[in-house]
Amino acid sequence: MSIFEYNGSALVAMVGKNCFAIASDRRLGVQLQTVATDFQRVFKIHDRLYIGLSGLATDAQTMYQKLVFRHKLYQLREERDMKPQTFASLVSALLYEKRFGPFFCQPVIAGLGDNDEPFICTMDCLGAKELAKDFVVSGTASESLYGACESMYKPDMEPEELFETISQALLSSVDRDCLSGWGGYVLLVTPTEVQEKILKGRMD
Amino acid sequence: MECVFGLVGKGFAIVAADTSAVNSILVHKSNEDKVMVLDSHKLLGASGEPGDRVQFTEYIQKNVHLYQFRNGIPLTTAATANFTRGELATALRKNPYSVNILLAGYDKGVGPSMYYIDYIATMHKIEKGAFGYGSYFCLSMMDRLYHPDMSIEEAIELIDKCIIEIRTRLVVAPPNFVIKIVDEDGAREYAWRESIKSPDVSMA
Repeated sequence: MSIFEYNGSALVAMVGKNCFAIASDRRLGVQLQTVATDFQRVFKIHDRLYIGLSGLATDAQTMYQKLVFRHKLYQLREERDMKPQTFASLVSALLYEKRFGPFFCQPVIAGLGDNDEPFICTMDCLGAKELAKDFVVSGTASESLYGACESMYKPDMEPEELFETISQALLSSVDRDCLSGWGGYVLLVTPTEVQEKILKGRMD
Repeated sequence: MECVFGLVGKGFAIVAADTSAVNSILVHKSNEDKVMVLDSHKLLGASGEPGDRVQFTEYIQKNVHLYQFRNGIPLTTAATANFTRGELATALRKNPYSVNILLAGYDKGVGPSMYYIDYIATMHKIEKGAFGYGSYFCLSMMDRLYHPDMSIEEAIELIDKCIIEIRTRLVVAPPNFVIKIVDEDGAREYAWRESIKSPDVSMA
């Protein structure tokens, strides 16, 4: 079994009209065994920037700690929050530093940039950035997620519709992947508020 | 095969572990204590490579004591768990420790808590958990019979059911188990469950 499939994960981020949503599954497993059903994969960097880390859970936790450290230093020096594009470059650089002994995680970054413009991107474990205008996916359920998102996505969705779309895409994809699932966690970010919701799907 | 399991009840946490020290087909001893008392209100149940287990858990214990000597107050359970995870994560890409850990503690104001820390430094706060071949039986028993805020009697009954299940269904089942408990009065040994008594050293 690949090291990326050791813990199991599913992540998706979608762009709407002046908003974005980022969603993950909640399973923490050790190969075939489920250890926990409330594992957190989406982390806050600042109020308008979130990162989801799929792949090996230990590396996701280590990466998150390194990134929070770097962002706090940035905040102290620059006296402001990092822009999503800058943060994505930081993540990419940190991952490529370990080119010949990488962190086994694939990040999904979602944030609101200048003028409340939503920004999403993903990268592989070596830091190769993929910017997208519509949606990005990552994790063991990524292939199912690509299909689900491609068929359900429409541009310029309002927050409520975006939430419905991303939830349905996530749940239907993880249902086809034995290593991810046990519910979903959706974060919907608009310029004025942040909504967190827990989804109940097939609990297997 | 080594089994460590535990659960959190109402105002306490329990960690149980098997007590056989095994080298391939030979059982060195059947009364090896694998649940270390870290300090007055913390338990560290560990399973894995015997040398790593002893060395790593003693290292954690000494560092927990050092913090208390230096700062005059004990570490919280969460801080200890994060420190342990950090040590495992740092060593992971240099000379990894093959030790799986269940860390249980009681903090005033917070109550009991338990942390699952994998040998590759995946950390998660849990209510019930298990490591080893015994986990295949214990986790299912606990999923069925556990509920939040169990009393001590109910929890011990569940632990005993798990032990019986391991003894019945695991082919190389360890004969003896130790059960330790931590609550607001401290961390202490609760009971041994022996089906084979080790001979007294004086008789040899």
